Amino acid sequence: MNWRELCRALFGDRHDVTEDDELLRGSAHFDGDLLDVLGTTGHAAIGYAMALRQARAVLDTIATHPGRTIVLLIDTQGQRLRRHDELLGIHRAMAHLGSAIDLARRRGHRVLGLVYDQALSGGFITTGLLADACHALPNAEIRVMRLPAMARVTKLPQELLERLSVANPVFAPGVENYLRMGGLASLWQGDLAQALRRSLAELPTEDRRAQDGAERGGRRLAAATVQRILDAA
Amino acid sequence: MSLRPTTVTSYAECSARQRLALLLDAGSFHEWLPPAERVTSPHLAQLGLPCAFDDGVAVGRAALEGRSVFVAAQEGAFMGGGVGEVHGAKLVGMLRRAVRDRPDAVLLLAESGGVRLHEGNAGLIAVSEVMRALLDVRASGMPVVVLIGGANGCFGGMGIVAACADHIVMSDVGRHAMSGPEVIEASGGVEEFDARDRSLVWRTTGGKHRYLLGDCDQLVDDDVQAFRAAATRALDQRRPLTLTALEAEHRLLSARLAAAHDEADAFELWRRLGITHPEQVPDRSVRDIGVWVASRRKEVA
Amino acid sequence: MSMAPGVDVLDFELPGSKAVAAFEPILVGVVGSGNLEVLLEPQSTPTCRFQVETSARGFGAIWEAVVRDFQQRHSLSGVQVSIHDMGATPAVVALRLAQAIAELPRAQP
Repeated sequence: MNWRELCRALFGDRHDVTEDDELLRGSAHFDGDLLDVLGTTGHAAIGYAMALRQARAVLDTIATHPGRTIVLLIDTQGQRLRRHDELLGIHRAMAHLGSAIDLARRRGHRVLGLVYDQALSGGFITTGLLADACHALPNAEIRVMRLPAMARVTKLPQELLERLSVANPVFAPGVENYLRMGGLASLWQGDLAQALRRSLAELPTEDRRAQDGAERGGRRLAAATVQRILDAA
Repeated sequence: MSLRPTTVTSYAECSARQRLALLLDAGSFHEWLPPAERVTSPHLAQLGLPCAFDDGVAVGRAALEGRSVFVAAQEGAFMGGGVGEVHGAKLVGMLRRAVRDRPDAVLLLAESGGVRLHEGNAGLIAVSEVMRALLDVRASGMPVVVLIGGANGCFGGMGIVAACADHIVMSDVGRHAMSGPEVIEASGGVEEFDARDRSLVWRTTGGKHRYLLGDCDQLVDDDVQAFRAAATRALDQRRPLTLTALEAEHRLLSARLAAAHDEADAFELWRRLGITHPEQVPDRSVRDIGVWVASRRKEVA
Repeated sequence: MSMAPGVDVLDFELPGSKAVAAFEPILVGVVGSGNLEVLLEPQSTPTCRFQVETSARGFGAIWEAVVRDFQQRHSLSGVQVSIHDMGATPAVVALRLAQAIAELPRAQP
């Protein structure tokens, strides 16, 4: 599903989201409210410049649309892999984007993320994973890294990783695993507008992901470890 | 009076625990979930890897010049300092405890390649939980100070996390960036980034470059006591995350992009910052660079 | 010897005669390539117990020799030695063990 079809399914024709060089921006009417929509398309690589473009959009929302909910539509291949982006400080640009989203939440903007196509690694950490909650379409792809590259970097046999990927949520790339591990709040099936409605109504205020991971069995130790530190002498 | 040279202990060569022992007030470190409690990774054995008793990070409370701090130190030698499920949860626990117990500051001795790939999805989610928890600490009024000086640098998701801190101290040995040179070379070829060209790697991601650009707040020698002094100075340097602050950051980062849009390399960037002999920067002492930056800041002020 | 999937887990228990005064757990070393970490803890039986978890598989006989040699030299009693190893040579293992016991309080007379 491309972003146009997605916006039509969510908002009908009551939106003005447009694409400008892989950046999606606009507003939408939904259940009597206006939402700000921000995202990427074309499996955008998030470089220094794209991180800033997204941050600008978030800051504009904070400055000009107080209290408005932000919906992040995510389709990214992850961070741009260029020496020049590292030279300029892409890590700082991404931290800036993440800080902007975090500030929006603290200033009363609800932030909801939806992975509608791909979400890899760094491109995902500073957007969807910093929202109040992140959801995904059932056939979206979420990964840290594709298996051949992971095999190269870890020096583990690709066959071993592939075998583990079948059943082990830690490696398996499917969105079901992110759901089980608490990284996603839900998968949107069927009527997408209804799913958005439900998701907005259920947006948490605290970071529930470790709890969800424990309850769903995908991450058994995270929440318990956090609690043990809180309880330690 | 004879002058004895003081012994310098290399921060880069110390383990995480040695850094804690030497940097914090002697004997003040009280560890939560110490090694004997064996809170280890459940994911490594199936990959044929041994775990570590502390999953590569020690967290606890301590004193620094008598001030209360909560601290975490990542062990770069274990899995490259990568963040896995338990490691990340220890960081989150320390940060959440800081919001509850309100020490004077939070100190993060960061040395990490980012997400521990061996724990894939769990590591990715964990890093974002650390980021949120760190921003919660800042929002509740305590400074977060990050020290970067290990041989592995601070990369990946941890590179982003570290850049969310109030204050960053780096040594010239340290590196702070997003993607490691090997990853970029694997993707874009050696012409894009020759990972074996150490000089290129350090002028792209190393402490001197970051300091000249303004990405870190203090540049110190590879010396544990220098890090201690710098961390102490940082304890009161909070930077509230307000809309005004973020707009200023946005202007700064945008200007940087405009000034370097032509793919200028590090030497050219430094020249544009006003350094007349940029090729000398790699050989200049940390002290000389500090003096130069301080004089520039006076000019601008 | 138990075979956890992927790593070797080895257990040894050898009698010892030299008790040590009560001590807090001692940790030396890091789990890096060619390296190991050693955790010493008190335990209640008059033996020295060793548990080794290692990614270098099939070296049970060498570990046994290292452990026996160590205990012959030190005859520790009431101590648990736990090791996470990533392919350290016997020389490095011996070094870490020596570093660890150097931090033990002096034995009871």
